[in-house]
Amino acid sequence: MGIRERLSGNEAVANAMRQIDPDVVAAFPITPSTEIPQYFSAFVNNGKVHTEFVPVESEHSAMSACIGASAAGARVMTATSANGLSLMWEMLYIASSLRLPIVMSCVNRAVSGPLNIHNDHSDSMGARDSGWIQLYGETNQEAYDNIIMAMRIAEHKDIHLPVMNCYDGFITSHSVENIELLEDEKVKAFVGEYHPEHYLLNKDEQIAIGPLDVQPFLFEHKFQQAEAMRKAKDVIKQVQKEFYELTGREYGLIEEYKMEDAEYAVVVLNSTAGTSKEAVDRLRAQGMKVGLIKPRVFRPFPGEEIANALKNVKAVAILDKADGLNGVGGPLFTDTTSAMLINKVTAPKAISYIYGIGGRDVRVEDIESVYKDLQEVANQENVTDTYRYLGLKGGRE
Amino acid sequence: MFESSKINAKSTWKEMTPGGTIYDAGNSVDFKTGDWRSQKPVFIRENCKQCLLCVPCCPDSAIPVNAEGQREDFNYDYCKGCGVCSKACPFHAIEMQ
Ligand code: SF4
Ligand code: SF4
Repeated sequence: MGIRERLSGNEAVANAMRQIDPDVVAAFPITPSTEIPQYFSAFVNNGKVHTEFVPVESEHSAMSACIGASAAGARVMTATSANGLSLMWEMLYIASSLRLPIVMSCVNRAVSGPLNIHNDHSDSMGARDSGWIQLYGETNQEAYDNIIMAMRIAEHKDIHLPVMNCYDGFITSHSVENIELLEDEKVKAFVGEYHPEHYLLNKDEQIAIGPLDVQPFLFEHKFQQAEAMRKAKDVIKQVQKEFYELTGREYGLIEEYKMEDAEYAVVVLNSTAGTSKEAVDRLRAQGMKVGLIKPRVFRPFPGEEIANALKNVKAVAILDKADGLNGVGGPLFTDTTSAMLINKVTAPKAISYIYGIGGRDVRVEDIESVYKDLQEVANQENVTDTYRYLGLKGGRE
Repeated sequence: MFESSKINAKSTWKEMTPGGTIYDAGNSVDFKTGDWRSQKPVFIRENCKQCLLCVPCCPDSAIPVNAEGQREDFNYDYCKGCGVCSKACPFHAIEMQ
């Protein structure tokens, strides 16, 4: 069952792309995602895939070429990071509003400036409102599994939205881990062939994509997008179930770690969830009832699921590896707390922690300190500093 | 199956195509661009030599040509008033107002 390998995250993702064998890949290199098109272009040159590889001159062109190819009827994939994603900005919205099921790996990296090539989530978090589904993966295995599932989610007839496969730059993209790959034919059977209903190269149906969409129409088209995003929760769960039947690897919209009786909880995305699990184990050994929630999907936001998992905790820390700079807290914090409110989970005290910006190392001890802070917060009458920077040198005034 | 001509300002979100894609060709006839006009070309028939230089210049095919190969008056349903035809006419047979 499966092929045991040891691969870096990027190598695993490039291999998933080889197995999917998309019609078109258009990409421009940017650290730390560069290896994906690099490995993939070797597959193209060695005849391992039938893909048309388009080496473009910028990320704006990369996403434009992806949009053109997808509109033409092709199955399309790409990858980027940080400022590369920023340069795609305009086209991200075009891709999602034209309902083109493009799958892109976003290897998370700090968006400049000042210049920094290390991991945080400011790139994909900045794009959270662009209408793309966003999956987040903790490990190489999850990055590999997510991109295979992403293809099915994106192309589902009720969804037709692009999907971003987000995982941590260097930490996940460049570290080599044990991984279980699927056999090529199983991946091909799982993703199936892509036959869009409407596409530009169909000689029997002359369509126009992206026409002028004035006041009587854009409002309703936006609602159609919102509906697709809302329905995506069920489709993601369905695809995860089929993936579980194929691989035995079980996924959900969120992962709960030792939450059953937890009094203090951390909510965190991607690789830091691994660090946090170790902190949970250490503190549990000391008798503290702590737990962890790792959202595996950020768009659509699993608000009901997170709120439900938090309903019995005394205090929760929501950790963001990006600061939305709204003066209140990180993006995961603001979405989590509003989900708590509308799902009537208002008892837990909630704190926003910004952590790891620009690749600042976050160790098990740092996460342990968060849980200890939560113990204090739970006992405080009035908590005023709900927006904190974890490990800030010099502390706050 | 969606038909573009049936999608109008009263259509509901369920009646519109995903992403606004138009599934059938030849439908610009359904879109009256005439109400974009702020200036209007006026055809001065007595000056017209029927040279037809104006006809292919019109981006909206708003200058009809009849079976005898003669141009007719403007189709104001589609003429958006750009004035290109009046510049193309060498005989002052089109005046913008
Ligand atoms: S004004 Fe412009 S749109 Fe109107 S008839 Fe002349 S060329 Fe055509
Ligand atoms: S260009 Fe002037 S003269 Fe020639 S057909 Fe048109 S209106 Fe008549």
